[in-house]
Amino acid sequence: MSLSRRQFLRGAAGAVATAAASVAEAAAPFAPRENKPLPPKAIGMLYDSTQCIGCKACVSACKDANGMPVEQPQALAGWNEGTWDTAEDLSGKTLNVIRVYQHGTMAEKDHEVNGYAFVKRHCLHCLDPSCVSVCPVSAMQKNPLTGVVTHDPDACIGCRYCVLGCPFNVPHYQFDEALGQISKCQFCQHLLQDNPLFTDNEAALAQAGTSATELWKNSRIPACCDVCPTGASLFGWVNDLQAEAERRMALKPGEMYDFPRGLLGGDRAPNTAPVGAYKPHIYGEKESGGTQVRYLTGVPHEKLGLPVLPNHSSAAVTEGVQHTLYKGMIAPIALLGGLVMLARRSIKGEEKGPHEEESSS
Amino acid sequence: MSAIIHRPLGGKIVTKPFLILGLFVLISAYFIIRRFLFGMGDVSNMNNGFPIGTWVVLDVVIGTAFGCGGFAMALLIYIFNRHTYHPLMRPALLGGVFGYTLGGLAVMVDLGRYWHAFHLLMPWYAQPNSVILEVGLCVMAYITVLWLEFWPAFLERMPLGFKRRFGLDKLQAFLKRYMYVLVALGVLLPTMHQSSLGTVLLILGHKLPPLWNTQWLPLLFLSSALAMGYGVVMLEATLVNRAFNTPSEVRLFARLSRVAAGLLIGFSVLRWADVMVRGQLDLAFAGDLNGNLFLLETVLFLAPVFILLSERRWSQRWQFLGAVCILAAGSLYRLDSYLITLQPGNGWTYFPSAPELLITIGIVCLEIMLYLLFIKTLPVLPGGTAKA
Repeated sequence: MSLSRRQFLRGAAGAVATAAASVAEAAAPFAPRENKPLPPKAIGMLYDSTQCIGCKACVSACKDANGMPVEQPQALAGWNEGTWDTAEDLSGKTLNVIRVYQHGTMAEKDHEVNGYAFVKRHCLHCLDPSCVSVCPVSAMQKNPLTGVVTHDPDACIGCRYCVLGCPFNVPHYQFDEALGQISKCQFCQHLLQDNPLFTDNEAALAQAGTSATELWKNSRIPACCDVCPTGASLFGWVNDLQAEAERRMALKPGEMYDFPRGLLGGDRAPNTAPVGAYKPHIYGEKESGGTQVRYLTGVPHEKLGLPVLPNHSSAAVTEGVQHTLYKGMIAPIALLGGLVMLARRSIKGEEKGPHEEESSS
Repeated sequence: MSAIIHRPLGGKIVTKPFLILGLFVLISAYFIIRRFLFGMGDVSNMNNGFPIGTWVVLDVVIGTAFGCGGFAMALLIYIFNRHTYHPLMRPALLGGVFGYTLGGLAVMVDLGRYWHAFHLLMPWYAQPNSVILEVGLCVMAYITVLWLEFWPAFLERMPLGFKRRFGLDKLQAFLKRYMYVLVALGVLLPTMHQSSLGTVLLILGHKLPPLWNTQWLPLLFLSSALAMGYGVVMLEATLVNRAFNTPSEVRLFARLSRVAAGLLIGFSVLRWADVMVRGQLDLAFAGDLNGNLFLLETVLFLAPVFILLSERRWSQRWQFLGAVCILAAGSLYRLDSYLITLQPGNGWTYFPSAPELLITIGIVCLEIMLYLLFIKTLPVLPGGTAKA
């Protein structure tokens, strides 16, 4: 009991050294969980910033397809009487938006200095999505076949951890509604779901009477890619889109190229235009454990609001920790057992007689 | 058998401070009604860069850490068998009861789709990887345990005839007999969710600066919550002692302070060692806001160590200051990691609006009002030891 201060401090110093050493040994005590593979029928988008002309047809088509209201920021309300959608960024009412990077005189497109560039913002449909990992009630789900990350407002409790956890700041909650909900791009999955190509229903596929190629060519596609006049937004199988991105990257800037429009592998007439001067990085391929969207940009992606991210998802880190601590609930159950035993002994001991003074610590 | 006799404090309930607190509760209620009628945006500055605001961070993350008095004392008394501290148990428990229950109330205000809140309890909605689900279930279970642990205070107060008539005497005996199970759960559950409140932050990835973002977050949150638990017990007892002239427990606290100091040292060593090992020490001395906040936190965490290990620990005044320091340190650490240093990018900023803060303040005031009501009418505070 009578432990002098000096003794204590000496002991504490020893403990400090030991603790520091053990921390050094185990700097990262928990290994992150493995990244997740691409789903078997992964669909995605390729956005080529150098081909985007900023017409915002995709923004308007997205609102129509998803029944979202027109948005007008307070500052622009004066001259815009609610007729023109002037969404400035993703929001509870805007699932897809075109933003512009501006620098200096803005003389040249896709130039970092004295230039400007467009970027399209929507869900990247991560392979290992943070929003799915944090959601307590399974409202966010990743389709195991197509990989589309969906949201079910009928399950959602509105805790907004998906908003907090998303590395790309994509899901948005409608703070201005009394009964608000989470909004995010779901690849217009309501348009795609009738196509047997996107199901694992082999019977329906066989019954369709047409080949998979025909089904693909005639498929309805997400509204933004459907209306894009230049092919800047392109829908397709993720693997094909990756190959297409690599193909464009290999071309000489300024060379003429037939940019497919709408659907990669579809029948539409291509848009013949000069190839952009791409930064040597296909954004979305490895970011945060990989996504199903690819970006080709003429200015560095971080200037366009696409953050620099590690090659693994934060979900993998969190689940690595959780799965270690709570593996099979063994640790909590063992701890509870020990606690019950100690508490029982302690209470019984106290009831029995005059309790002992605490032993020296 | 020796037992601690708890006595209701008695005295007038509706006093001037009680009415002032009540006024804040009414203001808070007004804004809570507005929040439900017109949406969160009407009263709060939360946005999609900072979707979590003061309701969660102050009322839940910091509020439940303030509610860890019961957890911390139960660990010491029942698990480490230090029955000398027994007189402090019930008041600490009551603090936990309200800290957690009203944290739960704040969650209901904060949930965007509160009418679905029961989905948390429905197994077919459960998403087992979710840290938030674990925290939510764990906190709900702990609130139940806290009220059960506190039930004897109600039962002791009831007339014997009344208890017999409704079979409550049997309940009392049952609770007494199996109290050890409740005590064990009352230590396990906060261990789980207080550490998980740290794990929650890991999902932030690049949005949380490296000085705060570490895989040791669960242990850092758990140890600082325990330290705050001891801090809050000291603070409550000192305030009650001063306000109502109850017998002083300075001697008990002088011993308790060493436990608290040990936790604070452990926390600080782990934190600094981790930052050093990760090679990010230069960030602490960068002189920017984050670096300075990190240093300020360290000062607040270590200042009470010097108070609590010196001879000053025998003085109530210094004890009080030490307790305030611990609580400030733990609160700032939580505020920094959840809000202040958060970098969602894209130009997002957040500062709570007045109505948003008034809701938070009102909930805290309600907590104090209920605490006062309970200690005056129920046997909570120790009234001496007697042979039974």
